[in-house]
Amino acid sequence: MTQTSQTYSAKDEATSFLAQRTAWDRTKILLKKSPFTARFGMIVIALYVIVAVFAPWIAPYGEAEVFPTPYAPWGGDHMFGTDQIGRDILSRMIYGARNTVGIAFATTILAFLIGASLGLAAAINRSWLDQFISRSVDVLMAIPSLIFALVLLSIFGSSVINLIIIIAVLDSTRVFRLTRAVAVNVVVMDYVEAAKLRGEGLGWIMRREILPNIMPPLVAEFGLRFCFVFLTIAALSFLGVGIQPPTADWGSMVRENASLIQFAQYDLKAGLTPLLPAAAIALLTVAVNFVVDWFLHHTSGIKD
Amino acid sequence: MHPVLTTVVQRLGLGILTLFVVSFIIFASIELLPGDFGQAVLGQAATEETVAAFRKELGLDQPAYIRYFEWVGNVLQGDLGTSFSGRAASGVDRSRPVLELVAPRLENTLFLAGMTAAIAVPLALFLGITTALYRNSIYDRSVNAATLTTISFPEFFVAYILILFLASLNPIFPSLANIDATTEFWDRIYRTALPALTLTLVIVAHMMRMTRAAIINLLASPYIQMARLTGASQREVILKHALPNAWAPIATVIAFNLAYLVVGVVVVEVVFVYPGIGQLMVDSVTSRDIPVVQACALIFAITYILLNLIADVIGIITNPRLLHPK
Amino acid sequence: MSQDTLLEIKGLKIQGFSDERWHDIVKGVDVTLKRGQVMGLIGESGAGKSTLGLAAMGFTQPGCKITGGQILFDGVDLAQLSETEKRSYWGNRITYVAQSAAASFNPAHRLIDQTTASTLRFGKKSQAEAMDDARALYGELNLPNPDTIGDRYPHQVSGGQLQRVMTAMAMSPRPDLIIFDEPTTALDVTTQVEVLTAMRKIVEHFNTAAIYITHDLAVVAQMADFIKVLRYGEEVEEAETRKMLTAPEQDYTKSLWSVRALAKEPMPEQEPILKIKNIDAAYGKVKVLHNVDISVPRGSTVAVVGESGSGKSTTARVITGLLPPSAGDIEYEGQPLPPKLQDRSKDQKRRIQMIYQMADTAMNPRQTVREIIGRPLEFYLGLRGQAAEKRILELLEMIELDGRFIDRLPGELSGGQKQRICIARALAAEPDFIICDEVTSALDQIVQEGILRLLMRLQKELNLTYLFITHDISTVRAISDQVVVMNLGRVVEQGTKNDVFSPPHPEYTELLLSSVPEMDPDWLTNLNAARA
Repeated sequence: MTQTSQTYSAKDEATSFLAQRTAWDRTKILLKKSPFTARFGMIVIALYVIVAVFAPWIAPYGEAEVFPTPYAPWGGDHMFGTDQIGRDILSRMIYGARNTVGIAFATTILAFLIGASLGLAAAINRSWLDQFISRSVDVLMAIPSLIFALVLLSIFGSSVINLIIIIAVLDSTRVFRLTRAVAVNVVVMDYVEAAKLRGEGLGWIMRREILPNIMPPLVAEFGLRFCFVFLTIAALSFLGVGIQPPTADWGSMVRENASLIQFAQYDLKAGLTPLLPAAAIALLTVAVNFVVDWFLHHTSGIKD
Repeated sequence: MHPVLTTVVQRLGLGILTLFVVSFIIFASIELLPGDFGQAVLGQAATEETVAAFRKELGLDQPAYIRYFEWVGNVLQGDLGTSFSGRAASGVDRSRPVLELVAPRLENTLFLAGMTAAIAVPLALFLGITTALYRNSIYDRSVNAATLTTISFPEFFVAYILILFLASLNPIFPSLANIDATTEFWDRIYRTALPALTLTLVIVAHMMRMTRAAIINLLASPYIQMARLTGASQREVILKHALPNAWAPIATVIAFNLAYLVVGVVVVEVVFVYPGIGQLMVDSVTSRDIPVVQACALIFAITYILLNLIADVIGIITNPRLLHPK
Repeated sequence: MSQDTLLEIKGLKIQGFSDERWHDIVKGVDVTLKRGQVMGLIGESGAGKSTLGLAAMGFTQPGCKITGGQILFDGVDLAQLSETEKRSYWGNRITYVAQSAAASFNPAHRLIDQTTASTLRFGKKSQAEAMDDARALYGELNLPNPDTIGDRYPHQVSGGQLQRVMTAMAMSPRPDLIIFDEPTTALDVTTQVEVLTAMRKIVEHFNTAAIYITHDLAVVAQMADFIKVLRYGEEVEEAETRKMLTAPEQDYTKSLWSVRALAKEPMPEQEPILKIKNIDAAYGKVKVLHNVDISVPRGSTVAVVGESGSGKSTTARVITGLLPPSAGDIEYEGQPLPPKLQDRSKDQKRRIQMIYQMADTAMNPRQTVREIIGRPLEFYLGLRGQAAEKRILELLEMIELDGRFIDRLPGELSGGQKQRICIARALAAEPDFIICDEVTSALDQIVQEGILRLLMRLQKELNLTYLFITHDISTVRAISDQVVVMNLGRVVEQGTKNDVFSPPHPEYTELLLSSVPEMDPDWLTNLNAARA
């Protein structure tokens, strides 16, 4: 250390500064440093989105088109054979991407709209409103959500709309808890107090001061919630009380073709048929989990 | 009163209150049924008289709160009502009491859950603690990658993979877990092996990851570093300094996962056609047999609430701040 | 190595891992410590003093590694030993006293069991002997009820007591060397005196060598035989304590004294701009302010001093309207000020601004400097676009930062720069009254001086009035015109700086003022003699 630099001057401090990077630079660096698992996850998610959006153009046959041979073997006209009433498995897999993923996505969005807005309101209000919502959520969460969903579906019946609303409401309890927990930490920050002292309104404080600071955990939670919702809907469909035929859906497809697995020792390919939609579900959840894991690691790393 | 006792009593009170509210919600579900429900159960051919008789039997002609207390009173006495199935338009009633349907299946489900817990809990704790201790080692990373993958798998995917390899391609275990009251104990274990294994794989992944996170959190406390700086060996740090403070987080992890097991059991029972309460519930939902659905939901909810209650109580009675008040 | 040298560190280098790469934390430091000597290790945050202190035990924090040099303890290089071998030194020949005793004691065990654990582990005494010895040590450290305090659990005793129990724990195995890592930093000054006295007494009694790490020169002067000054992981200078205090050689060391050199000219009497009269306030049912009366003259700096729990920050919350008082009035420029924030007009809000202790949490981390300073401009004054931009640049110039900072996020600024932006945000509202809540407490000494000078210059230029809340007496001496002393929610004394700082004092002011460590190695000895 040289002697000259050891005296203090306000100017030293005031002009010392770190090189600035633009948001785009940061994103590029981030992607470059992302681990293999995260890249794999992002590619898989992108593929699913493409398949879901362009399903009618990609699928060789229609969603509910019935062919004369049920349980046709793999190969030939039907790459993965046909199901118990003769529908093309590949086409149903492709349409399934649209239906299963789309329904889960819509449900997650709805759950977030409900849970996040209530969570924010409770965190800011912290009085009777907070007490009321928090206690109601405690009770809803005291019943396992799959069981609760089964009860509600037995009453209201299994339609796609019912399914989306029931799962979204049940799942919004967890979104509520998380949003409230992270928002409460932000609400006590001095900069929120500074905004209140300035005289800012509630809307401005929510939108400009709080929301931007709770986005990272909410984004990560969105990924995890999506996986959870996706698996719950798949489970319900598999149990026969979720998405109903003839809509192509991966959970129901597993159920419909399940018996084929017994024939694996005679025809391995046929035996694999029920595993195809199951694997499609598993692959997407693995991909989302990989991306979320990396995202969480990255955003928590910034805080250090 | 000692603060530990006060807190435990408060928590128990809260638990009872929750049970009460949950029972009310489950009861209220029957209120939400559409008006022509009697017709739907009995079939289109049912006469107005039989439908009216059925409605009367359900007590739909009485105010809701009276029926609620009657229902709770009956449940407390072990009477879960009568199943809807077995009724016919003619008024002939071959329905059975719900209790008769539920009891043997509950026993089977408890057997499956118990068997799973006996394998999964020790295994998950072992994996969770060792990966936390050897953090970032190759062992830790591979266990982590494996569990992150298993967590993402739907239960039925794991189940069918096991069936494919352990039942279909290599017929080691039966793919259908058909047991009944007369099945011998060891035969029962043999037939239940695949469902239990499926559940174990799913639960262990969750439980191991949570245990690992809890232990890492604990080991980062300043008093653990302090213990190291006083020359305590790794063994002493773990046993004497970490463990006494670990009961609460570990109890929470176990309770959470056993509660998760309660849910996971539904899908697995359906895959293996295991005659448990989960399968009964799914069948009843399909046939809209509300009294059975209510009974099953009540049983699942009680288990779930009890498990969380136990975890909280363990957390309370091992908290030094409550044990030794100022 | 001579016979009486206990510890010799040669060319020690340590690196730490952060931001995905290795950084140098300690860059080749030498230490020589003889038996029975106490070395003071002083430096600002990031100087590497704690890392060096722990390294003297052969210990590195997770994420750090020793990359060069030797740590010779009694002739053995600790850096070369295995973990198991090092453990036979820790808690045996070298012990450690941590900054936060509350977090460093295991909540599940009794104090006496933790005090004697390492002594028993190394089989130095029987259980009964170790217990008796621990009780004797508690007595020597002036702990209340030394025979029974060990039966308590950590959460059952106060912070100052816990710190002394930790010293007893460190002394129990009769080590050759104790590392004190900022042991009094978290304590109030009046408690600090008791703890310092106890620690010094016991170290002298057993003639134990020690390394005393702190950022406070006056504190280290009471403990150390010689002092080493660190900066950026390198040694600046080392000298015997008296010499270091009276004739430091390096400019950096001299600058560490600087805040004490600041002084404010006394100013003529002015009419009060703010008066709070007979204020009572409560959080729920807990009453925290009792009949508080404060009057603030225009253009002056009124310092409110007190220890934690004195009610000084609550007073600020009452003035801002965040906590409406349960009784009493607030008057601003002779007019009554509504007690509730939402009842105050925009102009009333604009004229009273606040600057916070932690600049980190006082600015939204997602907003740029432009948004942070621009918002009050738009909100109060309706300035937008070009006009706002021009004003922001002017304000940046006023706080001695240049225009390139305008698009920065708070995370891209240093601690001092952040606090300057907070000052600019307050100035943007064109206030006449600013509440400064411990604005320099979280900053290093040298940065503190810059901020205080800036505040004083701005006061002169803009005729600002400050209510300056602090626990640091030397800051009060440097910048205030009037002083309010608070204790347990009451005003003990209010007056001009000269009145308050010259005797006779009320009892509490006397205790508070006399507890502030001075740059004099004999201060603690003299104080205890005077108090006895």
